[in-house]
Amino acid sequence: MAQPDLDTALYIFVLATFVGLEVIRRVSPLLHTPLMSLTNAIAAISLVGSIVIAGSDRGTLSTVLGTIAVTASTANVVGGFMITDRMLKMFKERQPR
Amino acid sequence: MEVEDLVQFGYLAAAVLFILALKWLSHPATARRGVKAGEIGMLLAVIGTLLKAEIVTYQWILVAFVLGSAIGIPLAVFMPMTAVPQRTALSHAFGALAAALVGTSEYYLHTDELSALIMGAIAFEVLLGFLTFTGSLMAFGKLQDLLPGRPIVYRGQNAVNLSLLAGAIAIAITLMVNPGATALFPVFAGLSLAFGVLLIIPIGGADMPTVISLLNAYAGLSAVAMGVVLDNNLLIIAGALDGSSGFILSVIMCRAMNRSFTNVLFGGFGQVKAATAGQVEERPVRSATAEESASILESASSVIIVPGYGMAVAQAQHKVRELYDALTRRGVDVRFAIHPVAGRMPGHMNVLLAEADIPYDRMLDLDEVNSEFPQADVALVIGANDVTNPAARNDPSSPIYGMPILDVDKAASVMVIKRGMSPGFAGVENELYYMDKTLMLFGDAKAFVGMVVKELSASPAGASPR
Repeated sequence: MAQPDLDTALYIFVLATFVGLEVIRRVSPLLHTPLMSLTNAIAAISLVGSIVIAGSDRGTLSTVLGTIAVTASTANVVGGFMITDRMLKMFKERQPR
Repeated sequence: MEVEDLVQFGYLAAAVLFILALKWLSHPATARRGVKAGEIGMLLAVIGTLLKAEIVTYQWILVAFVLGSAIGIPLAVFMPMTAVPQRTALSHAFGALAAALVGTSEYYLHTDELSALIMGAIAFEVLLGFLTFTGSLMAFGKLQDLLPGRPIVYRGQNAVNLSLLAGAIAIAITLMVNPGATALFPVFAGLSLAFGVLLIIPIGGADMPTVISLLNAYAGLSAVAMGVVLDNNLLIIAGALDGSSGFILSVIMCRAMNRSFTNVLFGGFGQVKAATAGQVEERPVRSATAEESASILESASSVIIVPGYGMAVAQAQHKVRELYDALTRRGVDVRFAIHPVAGRMPGHMNVLLAEADIPYDRMLDLDEVNSEFPQADVALVIGANDVTNPAARNDPSSPIYGMPILDVDKAASVMVIKRGMSPGFAGVENELYYMDKTLMLFGDAKAFVGMVVKELSASPAGASPR
């Protein structure tokens, strides 16, 4: 196993958190539910980690756990983006009567 | 290697797209573009991953894609908007489960070569992953009414929870020193799973907005740990974005209830509730019929509607839209005041009202709306209670004192649709109901609003718009 570079990981984590806090602070309370479902879909990027475990053929345990993990992440990716869009479609500005 | 470079480039593009997605989400006009950006980012990342040299078999990946879509698509397409909190809890559970399982698998694959730090990251990933998994399932059960929504408490609960957590951490430290102690790992996983259950069962339904936000943050952090373990920067970035969103929402929810994280998690409210219940006295209130309410609403020039979870329970949002339409047609200015913790998750009321076709520029949040109440002729409260209680402003002895509320009592007159006189979640009497300018409208929210709408469409004023 390649030993991960913890320093870099920490830098990336801290910087990404700052960006996240700044960007998300600006989201109107109006859209907090879609915000949660969208960040959920984005965090389902754990799919990429799960795919590697499921597809690298390193024993039954890994394949089984990986397959469950891919299933769970895929449900979040597909479902998360779809329901976010479904919600956002409903937010309309007032029509001039 | 060229393919690997391409993959890394795809990951970088995905990270940029994810940040743009959240940036565009800040306003309804650009929000759907944000979803597109997120989808493209995800697609790039997945395609890149499938090209990786480590992937040698595709059959299980394909099976899982199909299964996952079969679970995810119905949950997204058929879930009614009132059930969005449940779906969100489920998706936190799925995300956390994936992280926990990947961590477990990494542990068994590399038991002999784990450094203390990587073992620590795996332990963090597995602990947060499993506790968020069961915790979110509990939250789902409560929201879906499969489990009792009221807090489940027993003597020594906090001691039990804390010792479970302490046990799990002790095992994690042992594993960091000696990763080869494989017998301990299942115990660790078991403790994490159990801790998730026990952490959530004492939390009541009205605290769900905070709990869901916290679980969101945990799910994000477990994804970060997974990124560290797998040396995948994209995972770290996406997890950090999810974690910061969960963190911000948790802070907003806690502030909106004037409570701390520890107070929500360790059940300070349960005891307060027990102390104040029982001293409820009978006091006179003024009530009105649908006909009377209709004529008051009709003659108002400005009405602010305050929806709460009760509106969602009664499925009254579409009737409320009809009321909005009927009043707007008569030239009444109708707006909605939405407290941050109205509903069962952040932004829940906005989604329900948007689903009922109420324009989003009519929905005001706490900061925007409180200066508007003194100018309003009528404040109409539908299924909200504690967030309108003036005791939060006036009565230092009240358990909810200090909680930011909607200043409904400052409107010229107040109408409250309510089933009966039972106190709200906090078990606190609402002074609002006994004020001279308050009219109680007793009944089911949907049925009552329906009757008011009928009165409005029957009355002759409807013939002359504006």
